[in-house]
Amino acid sequence: MSTPLLEIENLRVTFPTPRGEIDVVRGVSFTLGRERLGIVGESGSGKSMTGRSILKLIRAPGRVSADRLSFDGIDLRNRSERQMRAIRGARISMVMQDPKFSLNPVMTIGEQIAEALLTHKRLSRREVGQRVLAMLESVRIADPERVANLYPHEVSGGMGQRVMIAMMLIPEPDLLIADEPTSALDVSVQAQVLDIIDELVKRKGMGLIFISHDLNLVSSYCDRILVMNTGQVVEECRAGELQNATHPYTRGLVASIPRLNETRDELPVLDRSAWASK
Amino acid sequence: MTALSLKNLDISYGETRITHSVSLDIAEGESFALVGESGSGKSTVLKAIAGLAPDWTGSITAFGKPRSHGIDGHFARACQMVFQDPYGSLHPRKTIDATLSEPLSIHGIGNQNARVEAVMASVGLDRKFRFRFPHQLSGGQRQRVAIARALVLEPKILLLDEPTSALDVSVQAEILNLLKRLRREQNLTFLMVTHNLPVVSFLCDRLAVMRQGRIVEIADVAQLKQGALREPYSRELMQISATHAA
Amino acid sequence: MAASLRAWLVDDSPSSRLQARLGRAWRIAGALSRNPLAVVGTVIILALVLTAIFAPLLATHDPLKQDLTQRLLAPSAANWMGTDELGRDIWSRVVYGARITLVIVTMVAVLAAPAGLIIGALAGYFGGWPDRILMGITDIFLSLPKLILALALVAALGPGIENAVIAIAITTWPGYARIARAETLTFKNSEFISAIRLQGASSLRVVLGHVLPLCTSSMIVRVTLDMAGIILTAAGLGFIGLGAQPPLPEWGAMIARGRSFILDQWWVATMPGFAIIVVSLGFCFLGDGLRDVLDPKSGEQH
Repeated sequence: MSTPLLEIENLRVTFPTPRGEIDVVRGVSFTLGRERLGIVGESGSGKSMTGRSILKLIRAPGRVSADRLSFDGIDLRNRSERQMRAIRGARISMVMQDPKFSLNPVMTIGEQIAEALLTHKRLSRREVGQRVLAMLESVRIADPERVANLYPHEVSGGMGQRVMIAMMLIPEPDLLIADEPTSALDVSVQAQVLDIIDELVKRKGMGLIFISHDLNLVSSYCDRILVMNTGQVVEECRAGELQNATHPYTRGLVASIPRLNETRDELPVLDRSAWASK
Repeated sequence: MTALSLKNLDISYGETRITHSVSLDIAEGESFALVGESGSGKSTVLKAIAGLAPDWTGSITAFGKPRSHGIDGHFARACQMVFQDPYGSLHPRKTIDATLSEPLSIHGIGNQNARVEAVMASVGLDRKFRFRFPHQLSGGQRQRVAIARALVLEPKILLLDEPTSALDVSVQAEILNLLKRLRREQNLTFLMVTHNLPVVSFLCDRLAVMRQGRIVEIADVAQLKQGALREPYSRELMQISATHAA
Repeated sequence: MAASLRAWLVDDSPSSRLQARLGRAWRIAGALSRNPLAVVGTVIILALVLTAIFAPLLATHDPLKQDLTQRLLAPSAANWMGTDELGRDIWSRVVYGARITLVIVTMVAVLAAPAGLIIGALAGYFGGWPDRILMGITDIFLSLPKLILALALVAALGPGIENAVIAIAITTWPGYARIARAETLTFKNSEFISAIRLQGASSLRVVLGHVLPLCTSSMIVRVTLDMAGIILTAAGLGFIGLGAQPPLPEWGAMIARGRSFILDQWWVATMPGFAIIVVSLGFCFLGDGLRDVLDPKSGEQH
């Protein structure tokens, strides 16, 4: 824990539009050790852009700039696309929202996981097979031999997402970025998938950045939380202390979520006077 | 009076049977929720009532009148639907004005200008949005338009298919407040499909828990609030909801 | 005045349907003008239209007047593109030929695009046996080579521009029907179409009022891109003598006549050929630009 895994200072992501440039991320700074960090925000808050800019996945004409963007001592700012490919997957992995769009429909699940492994390591065929099956087992797939031979359309959404996680974790990265990994899934499956991520992250001592719009979900799976709004971090707190948040945006957000034992007749709404007059 | 009544409703898609003997009675002015996970058949029930899943047996009656299998204009006046995805439920090439006037033209209702303005005001949409295209609106504004479109025919029953699950939480609060207010003002009957139990707790009076095409339990929302649902499956859903509430 | 008109067009909150529509057209035009190839294409097509309209002013000679003493002259100050084997001024004939080309292209678009659009949309929307029958017919037409089919039709109907137009229209609509059907299939189950059906709209109303407007932009792109092919087919028919009949200055027929002298008097065949190439390219450029702007997948949001 002496040197942080990831250090970000004054990160900016800029997109040109016909009406001038727009900063979607405006000066975000944080450091991450081998811990679980949650980034929460509503759509347009810049949370996904923050996650993607770490892997330099912002497509042109978008631009990323930062005073510091270093991962395990490597300065990511001046890495070429080629060097980034060696880092992506092998050292930093990313799980996206919808498994349907992230899996190759014409390759079996086993082949895809094996490929994820072989891109970064040279191993014998038998070893690869064993590793794939072990990985599938560790994402709690009951009969890995059968599932490895299935095609993505033959498995359910929850299973697909577990396969994605297996693919992302098999090269044993140091950092996992999970961008809304469960919002396409049912609540009960959501819990399972998150438990799996949680367990693997803890066991392998990885860093986790969990990006989500769901305050409660993030607070129950992370150690620390950043709340983002319009491209800036408005609040940083320990996960358990979300109810004591100080920033009005965070407080408004927490209050606007209905509860299971709801007694309020009307939900408090964020002050959107800016919205009405624009 | 019973607003909506389903009896032994079996809905199929081709060969597959989606629901098994679903029976429900929803009183006029009541807000009723169908909850369950994906694949439980809850959305299919809504589609069958709306007329989008015509392959069913059993009976669907609205205010005592049985419903035919297709889509008919008469039923459309009494019962309208709000869809889940505000980005997919508005025609991308039509202005808000065109979207809201269309139902009036279909039914030959006059005084369109005033009606469109009135319905926009009732869902809290500023007049300046009237001639915009959907892509010029935010998600919450789009969902307001979708609600306005459903209300412009002045129906008695509103079918709500996860009306807030695609929205941000702060916007969700606005839409939930809006739905609650509209129900009170216009004495609407709601049938809402959702997987989000806290939303049920806020907006509904009663709920039915569905699993694999069957209704497992029908309960009062008071029972949900007190954590007093009877069936093990309902309790399981409640448990998950309490720990990872969305 | 210009500034206030512009502000009116780009207004985020238009106050009437007309303003909303014009605003959208303005944004599309703006996006087109930022695409250099599309601008080149637009300029060429505009030049074609203007040439056709002002042909009597632009032409230096009567395109039909023969003067056998002046036959096969090389390009010069008097005859900018030279003269043909009957002593007619080629420049004037090319200029008047623009009218014929424009008429053919417009007539084909007016006949084939709506027919294909409606047939495809109906087949896609209703599915089942209407789809099978309509698409079966479409496939029969698609399976025949275009030029051969057009040839057979013209041979049956008799040579001439009108029949060439009909023949070309008959060979092009199946492509449009296919696109319209594919587009319709992607929209048919979307929630906004369901919503309109739930309001009690008749199927005809849904197809004409809500499905067709969504197919039109890809149709406009496709028709524009196809224009080049239509011009070439028309020229091909003219070349083998089944299109426009002499003495009409149709570009394809002009090339056919010039073929006999291509080695010694190259300009006779080259000048109309050049016109065909430029106009075809213009339509291709414009079509590509329109595709970039109108493509629903790239979206108007950006």
